[in-house]
Amino acid sequence: MTAAPGYAPRRTLPLRVEIVRQFKRRRTIAMFGLLLALPWVLVIAFQFGPQSSDQGPSLRISDLATQSGLNFAAFALSVSANFLLVVAVALFCGDTVSSEANWSSLRYLLAAPIPRDRLLRQKLIVALGYSAAAVICLPLMALLAGTLAFGWNDIQVPVTGEIIPALDILPRFGIVIGYALVSQLVVAALAFLLSTVTDSPLGAVGGAVGLWIVSTILQAVEALGALREFLPTFWNAAWLDALAPELDWSGMVKGASISITYAAVLIAVAFRRFRRKDVVS
Amino acid sequence: MKRVAALVAALALIGVATWLVLPSAPQVRGQDQVISVVDGPADDQQVRLDSTFFPPAGGGRAPVVLLAHGFGGSKQSVRQQATRLAQDGYAVLTWSARGFGRSTGEIALNSPDYEVKDVKQLIDWVAKRPEVRLDAAGDPRVGIVGGSYGGAIALMTAAFDQRVDAIVPQITWADLADALFPDDAVQAPASAAGGSTGTGLGHPETGVFKRMWSGIFFGRGLSLDGFAQQGQSQGDQGQGDQGQRGQGEDGRGEGGQGRGQAAAPMSPQEARCGRFLPAICDIYQQVAKDGRATPEAIALLRASSPIAVAGRIKAPTLLLQGQRDSLFPLSHADANAKAIAAAGTPVSLAWFDGGHDGGNGEADWLHEQTSAWLARYLKGEGSAQAAPPVSAFTVTRDGGRDPGTRQRIRLHPEASSYPGLGGTGTTTVQLGGPEQSIVNPPGGAPASISTVPGVGALLGGQNGGVSLDMPGQSAAFESRPLTAPLQLTGSATAQVRVSGKGEATLFAKVYDVSEGSQLPVLPGGLVAPFRVTIPDGAGSVVATVTLPAVDHGFAAGHRLRLVVTTTDMGFATPAEPATYQVSLAAPGLTVPTVPALTAAPAGIAWWVWAMPLAAVVLAAVLLATGRASSLVPSGARPRGRARPADLHADLPVDLPVDLPADDRPAAVAPAPDVDDGDGGRRPVPLEIKGLTKAYRNGEPAVDGLSFRVEQGQVLGLLGPNGAGKTTTMRMMMGLIRPDGGEIRIFGEPVTPGAPVLSRLGSFVEGPGFLPHLSGRDNIELYWAATGRPPADAHFEEALEIAGLGKALKRAVRTYSQGMRQRLAIAQAMLGLPDLLVLDEPTNGLDPPQIREMREVLKRYAREGRTVIVSSHLLAEVEQTCSHVVVMHRGRLVSAGPVSRLLTSATPANGHGPRLEDVFLDLIGDKR
Repeated sequence: MTAAPGYAPRRTLPLRVEIVRQFKRRRTIAMFGLLLALPWVLVIAFQFGPQSSDQGPSLRISDLATQSGLNFAAFALSVSANFLLVVAVALFCGDTVSSEANWSSLRYLLAAPIPRDRLLRQKLIVALGYSAAAVICLPLMALLAGTLAFGWNDIQVPVTGEIIPALDILPRFGIVIGYALVSQLVVAALAFLLSTVTDSPLGAVGGAVGLWIVSTILQAVEALGALREFLPTFWNAAWLDALAPELDWSGMVKGASISITYAAVLIAVAFRRFRRKDVVS
Repeated sequence: MKRVAALVAALALIGVATWLVLPSAPQVRGQDQVISVVDGPADDQQVRLDSTFFPPAGGGRAPVVLLAHGFGGSKQSVRQQATRLAQDGYAVLTWSARGFGRSTGEIALNSPDYEVKDVKQLIDWVAKRPEVRLDAAGDPRVGIVGGSYGGAIALMTAAFDQRVDAIVPQITWADLADALFPDDAVQAPASAAGGSTGTGLGHPETGVFKRMWSGIFFGRGLSLDGFAQQGQSQGDQGQGDQGQRGQGEDGRGEGGQGRGQAAAPMSPQEARCGRFLPAICDIYQQVAKDGRATPEAIALLRASSPIAVAGRIKAPTLLLQGQRDSLFPLSHADANAKAIAAAGTPVSLAWFDGGHDGGNGEADWLHEQTSAWLARYLKGEGSAQAAPPVSAFTVTRDGGRDPGTRQRIRLHPEASSYPGLGGTGTTTVQLGGPEQSIVNPPGGAPASISTVPGVGALLGGQNGGVSLDMPGQSAAFESRPLTAPLQLTGSATAQVRVSGKGEATLFAKVYDVSEGSQLPVLPGGLVAPFRVTIPDGAGSVVATVTLPAVDHGFAAGHRLRLVVTTTDMGFATPAEPATYQVSLAAPGLTVPTVPALTAAPAGIAWWVWAMPLAAVVLAAVLLATGRASSLVPSGARPRGRARPADLHADLPVDLPVDLPADDRPAAVAPAPDVDDGDGGRRPVPLEIKGLTKAYRNGEPAVDGLSFRVEQGQVLGLLGPNGAGKTTTMRMMMGLIRPDGGEIRIFGEPVTPGAPVLSRLGSFVEGPGFLPHLSGRDNIELYWAATGRPPADAHFEEALEIAGLGKALKRAVRTYSQGMRQRLAIAQAMLGLPDLLVLDEPTNGLDPPQIREMREVLKRYAREGRTVIVSSHLLAEVEQTCSHVVVMHRGRLVSAGPVSRLLTSATPANGHGPRLEDVFLDLIGDKR
């Protein structure tokens, strides 16, 4: 009799249990509340703001936002992808292990025992699930809010000003969300690695966001030339190509490649470190 | 922290090294010279050329580059470029051509009798310089680089002086007569007049006068010395330097001096002709008035045209021509390239994003190409290998936006041979549209706009700027939306039928028309003027129009629109009103393509698929190697301070009770020799052998610890702070990996996550709960996390021990320390584990609770389970525990039943021995 009756490593920490454990947290609910409320806040802001119509066709993405629900959703995504979604993803992935360490509950889970790889795996799946939900819910809510507020019109492409029928662009919108998910994988992996390294949730989330900001700053240094292409943030805005009249995959493919590369290595390092780690929290 | 510091140091080191290694450009100082030359048809005219000589930055003898300026510029406008070349290791000579800047003489439009003779004497001059490498006496290793007017002198000089070793003419003309009087159609069946000249260009005799450009061109020669210099900086940008921003400043400085001297009134001749040679001035006056090329004008312009003498050029030639150039369009570079290549001279061509009408200019890229060309043909030998090869044909294309910076990027697809304007293949695009009537408005106004010469750069957007067709003056023929993208590279041709009377001056252009709100795009802002004569009685004539050479990608879904207009702002059109009917003589627009060009930039970079693959492999390796080392039994390789040989020596030598080895039921004894697999016996709940763990700083936390706990015991783990009790407990839970030795629970070695840990209930170093969940949720979710059946949990029994009552429904964050403590002990007892490990369980409990806890633990052990309690409350341990293990500084000091421990001690001052006294005695801290 090596284990207690009924114990099987494969049955430990079911996803359902981890989802419930995380869902009842205030920060989860607050973050989703914020993401779901933001489109409505933007709608209200556009309603109140001075109407700049009939001032010639200025074709910036913010000026086009009120033209249709799809435009509005693209706008909402463009303003939030660079920071808000990064913070949301970093929160869900950076907080997941480090907060357990912070509460001291990690050692009881490990002594339950939940094998370390399994604990990380289940937590990673759930954290990625929450991150994906966050990335998806914002544009969908924006689509809903924008359609209710501005109608279901054809989309006008920023910069060039071309018009594309709304139904044609809907699959493209799916591509945009899909790419946003993939590109946030780096943040998720980075935050997750930090989460296994530090016992402070703030450190893990802040560290991931901080490194993200550093990468964004480095990206602005033109002197780095082609090296910048390998920064994880470089292809962040490549999803704009999906809304161009001609779908250009090259930027998104490169971005996805970089993202997956970083994510795979970072997650592997996270698992490797955590396996050998002395849990002293 | 050390690692972070090392990383920062490494980064700093790399930064400093890069700073040191990166070469800083050497200083270059120009020497101003006035060089006297003699020219003229009879070699009798003295001209003083204002020049600047830049010695090579590296010193020694170097090849020399003559750097010529554009029309309206002077040696100052190429100063920056000269400095750059000198820094690359060339001697550079810049000069103001005759009639420009402070040089004397009159403008002769790069005539072989004037400017060409001047430059030949400049080559004589540089041959005498000690800084210049010579091929032979009086024959320097020399290249000529220049744009527009300066490009033409490069070609002309290379044709007349075989000493020239390489030339890089930019945005320049092949045939000045055609540039100013283009006619881009061939009339069928019989050509009206002149016919093809055989140059590949049109026939200026019937050409349409390029009024605005000619005016600007001539006006710039006029205005050089006297009045109104405002256009100067603009002119330098457009003509001399292809938009190298900031260079106009230099030109303006020169002009400023001219302006300073402008107080003297000009003679009528000066006002009329400025610094032009009077013969040229007279001819210009004539053709500008009539809008027709006279034979004299053509002869004069042809004399200044490289096309007539290009066959003599032996110097390898790199032609850089702008795609946005309505003055000297790509067809001129094409004509030059063909003529030079026909003589067997190496020629390369590049169509870059720039020209007299603006565009980006690509100054850096042009410099790279120029440097590579010069390195190959002037420096020779090693430099040729070092420099990137220049392709026979390169085209600049829009590469979309940089995803990071959202800036425009340019691609440079290459082809290994120059296909000419006809392309390597053709596609026929079917056009449609009925016959349309168009009128030539009286006086030719208002005119359609394709490009506004000279200011195109200011108005132009990315794709050709403003283009407007006046209603009633234009006939349009449109294709169906393209099913696939079409890249036009070269000159498209179309056949149109023109009906009406007499001579018709018309303009043809091809628009890129997209669906939606975007304006049609006129590639390059270029238009093909042509003149047809409708024979009397025939009523109509068919003309084959060669449209402007461009490189333009038509996206799928876009349409091609051929437009024929009667007017264009840049050209002289007849003042007589007239009406024509225009229709398509053949429905097909022949579009030249060069597939070899498109192949180059396409394809996904290798790293796009290689990197994720490599990352996945790396990840797998990281995980696989990590797993292997974590599976090594933790006790297999003791390291650090663990010395297996010392294990026996580390045994409690001061053990107060000499325990027989077979005294099993009662003994907690160091048992290094007991085999856990002893047949038939139930495995020992806990057995620790030679356990060693060092802190990070190397100080041992647990040092060779060995003891055993039997079933049914309540073991007290005693020791002062820092004795290693908690570390030992953490190792029992698999949280910390021992450096040496091993722990076995029920015979199984403890590793992180070992299944046998499911038989261990633990409470170590305080409770750990999710503060946002209620007590009950915490307990239930914890059990759910173990994956074991809920029925095995015995929730009610455990929660009874916690005794929290209604508080169980509150969030844990509202609990007191004692409540959390009790809840944590309840969690440890979930599932009634066979081995219960409690660290300071009575902390934060009040006396009744402590008493209750004591009973709970005793009862628990009586039921056949085992309990290990660490505490510093010795009285408590004395009352609760059956056995004790005393630790001090990571080592076992004593072990045994409490009773034996007590009896071994000498009774002190009349009382029975107390555990406290024994303990203090053991740890050597007696007061």
